Amino acid sequence: MKIEETTGTVAGIPAEPERATLEGKNKVLGFWLFICAETTLFATLFGAYLSLKGANMGGPTQAELFKMPLVASSTLILLVSSLTSVLAITAMRHNQASRMTGWFLVTILLGAAFLTLEIYEFIEYVHEGHTFTGSAFGSSFYLLLGTHGCHVLFGFFWILSLIIQGRREGITVHTAPKFYVASLYWHFVDLVWVFIFTVVYLAGMTTGLT
Amino acid sequence: MTTIVILLVFALFLGGIMSGGYTSRYVKRMEETSIWGWITTVDHKRIGILYLISGGFFFAVGGLEALLIRIQLMFPNAKFLVGDAYNQMLSMHGTTMIFLVAMPLLFALMNAAVPLQIGARDVAFPFLNALGFWMYFAGALLLNLSWIFGGAPDAGWTSYASLALPEYSPGPGVNYYVLGLQISGIGTLLSGINFLVTIINMRAPGMSYLRLPMFTWSVFVTSALILFAFPPLTAGLFMMMFDRLFGSNFFSVINGGNVVVWEHIFWIFGHPEVYIIVLPAFGVFSDVLSNFSKKRLFGYHSMVFALVLIGFLGFMVWLHHMFTVGLGDVANTVFAITTMAISVPTGIKVFNWLFTMWGGRLRFTTAMLYASGFIVTFVMGGVTGIMLAVPPADFQFHDSYFVVAHFHYVILGGTIFGILAGVYYWWPKMFGYLLNEKLGKWNFWTFFLGMHLTFFPQHFLGLFGMPRRVFTWQPGYNLEMGNFLSTIGAFLMTIGVIFFIINVLVTITKGKAAGNDPWDGRSLEWTIPSPPPEYNFAQLPLVRGLDPWWLEKMEGNDQMTPAEPLGPIHMPNDSHLPFVMSLGLFVSGFGFVFQSSQVGAIGLIVVIATLFIRSFQEDHGHHIEPQPSEKGVEI
Repeated sequence: MKIEETTGTVAGIPAEPERATLEGKNKVLGFWLFICAETTLFATLFGAYLSLKGANMGGPTQAELFKMPLVASSTLILLVSSLTSVLAITAMRHNQASRMTGWFLVTILLGAAFLTLEIYEFIEYVHEGHTFTGSAFGSSFYLLLGTHGCHVLFGFFWILSLIIQGRREGITVHTAPKFYVASLYWHFVDLVWVFIFTVVYLAGMTTGLT
Repeated sequence: MTTIVILLVFALFLGGIMSGGYTSRYVKRMEETSIWGWITTVDHKRIGILYLISGGFFFAVGGLEALLIRIQLMFPNAKFLVGDAYNQMLSMHGTTMIFLVAMPLLFALMNAAVPLQIGARDVAFPFLNALGFWMYFAGALLLNLSWIFGGAPDAGWTSYASLALPEYSPGPGVNYYVLGLQISGIGTLLSGINFLVTIINMRAPGMSYLRLPMFTWSVFVTSALILFAFPPLTAGLFMMMFDRLFGSNFFSVINGGNVVVWEHIFWIFGHPEVYIIVLPAFGVFSDVLSNFSKKRLFGYHSMVFALVLIGFLGFMVWLHHMFTVGLGDVANTVFAITTMAISVPTGIKVFNWLFTMWGGRLRFTTAMLYASGFIVTFVMGGVTGIMLAVPPADFQFHDSYFVVAHFHYVILGGTIFGILAGVYYWWPKMFGYLLNEKLGKWNFWTFFLGMHLTFFPQHFLGLFGMPRRVFTWQPGYNLEMGNFLSTIGAFLMTIGVIFFIINVLVTITKGKAAGNDPWDGRSLEWTIPSPPPEYNFAQLPLVRGLDPWWLEKMEGNDQMTPAEPLGPIHMPNDSHLPFVMSLGLFVSGFGFVFQSSQVGAIGLIVVIATLFIRSFQEDHGHHIEPQPSEKGVEI
């Protein structure tokens, strides 16, 4: 590896291993652009939700459905998982592979906990009569949250495969960009949840209260 | 029917596994064929050619559809294509021309020219580039298979709800539309990201942003538009798909859905889309006009500014497609103003093109003829655009042939002329020989006159009250002459296209070798052999100003100053995974079209499995060692 020899290193790898090669730089920039695209995707879903949320067609309303304790714990879990992914990247920058994979493992376990809560929540809603096909409110609600949930699910498997790669190959200028963009992805998914929490849950719980 | 589909899907799936490397002898045999080389290529130049061939094929398909439409409309009360058959033809003509012709042909030019113009050895993500192409092709194929299995989409290229909902469009037609566009749309998004990163990160030393050739600039802005415009389409298509296949209620009014939501989402995508397909054409014209006027592009900086402004404003005009929906005076007024505002940067560009030609040493090659023809045609289309931007007038023009005339003037006169100019201009670079200029001129004049003969009368047909999208018309309303002329024009355009095909066929065997620089060019692509070697530049060039190659020529140099010593060149490895992944998406799409979630799931599993295989692959590429020799550089 020429790069390791020529640039300043921290614990045997370049200071920012994810940007040390042109491929790495491309990957990071490309992923930021992908996040831009994802932002407009979610913006569209939010737009559809906001324009259809009133159409519950006799089913339960938002204020009747949403329960703060459940949603608050989901939020807390996901925000903590963002923190642990930061810790993983910090470990990556210090070339501590096992520590990094450990923190990533915590991250995806928290993601799995979030998904479990979300599935439980959806089952509850269906029992209360809030379904995907029941009303336009239901359709737009489940599409928005389902898309977000699918992102968490995909992130779970993606980071899981990266943990395996990290265990096998350690941290190099080839693997570092992968870890880095996965953590970017995870932050983005968390950020979307913050908006869902505000726009869907908080605003939903307060509608009807004046 | 279901059995056929399942069998077909199974065969495709089996093929996917076989080519995936599970039986090594089969793969070895496959790898020796030249088709395999094309399937697995990640070279931007070869991908450009793949885009050109498939886009060209669908251009023929879409053109024939247009011809059939015009034959039906030639005389009143014709019985050639009636009712649903006409609806399918019309929907597929629009969808094909926008998504399967304009986009891929522009991507062909982008792939052929952009990396060469910025002095790069390849795009930023060669793998993604191949994936983008194969996804486009899978989507295109899926969409067109609708003709054979179950009937084509028949709700127009805009596929408005509630016309596109199962109640009014039963059968799989609109499913094909939704899934075909979904697959090819995601491919387009990937390509857009790829070109953005390429232009940001891969420029040769000295190639600053304000030294980029105009075509590269236009691709940059276009890719940014793709980045923000295609995800809303993805979201909208998902909603339409769920409404049609899984009983959701986004657009179903009876359960609280709202049809206007689809219109908004579609046009939030759809209006930037028209700039996506016209801006690269603007870029082609800028390069062509400057090259064949033997002058620097007039007002380069204002051209860049205008491009960026058009891209920016392109996102805030979508409502002008919906003036008659009834969203209120304020909304209509605001969007009328933003729409008219776009004509300012467009006007800047038109004047700069004219001033580039002014006082230049003009050479009217075919590419230049298309560029000049474009200015006239596009200004006419722009003027009718301004007329349509006035809401009270739009209430009269809406859904009439006036609109049809307008958008064909801008799309044919802009995008298609641009593509043809670009094809004539870069053909020698792509294939190593020149297209015949004499046949090129026949091609231009028949196509150009045919285009005006087809669409000029349609302005008047529209003003006389002929509605668009209707399969026939009545005699006695002054529509006879216009419709007859329009159909004659369509035949003339077909002759033009045939001239082009003859030109290609003739020059394949008898084409004049192009050499490095057939047009006395100005930008970096003309400094290297035609067709360029796999690695493009043996040594990355040092760029010292705008029009770098012209600059060196004027200083008496016969080559660019190299920016690096000769050394091993890093190249990406070929991969069959993009093809397998697209095959998975194709199978999945086909499954969902027929509401078979099992087949759909199988396809998606293939896709996800390929994703993870790719993630685990240790693919560091390979190195080429260039050897200096007397004739230059050899491998």
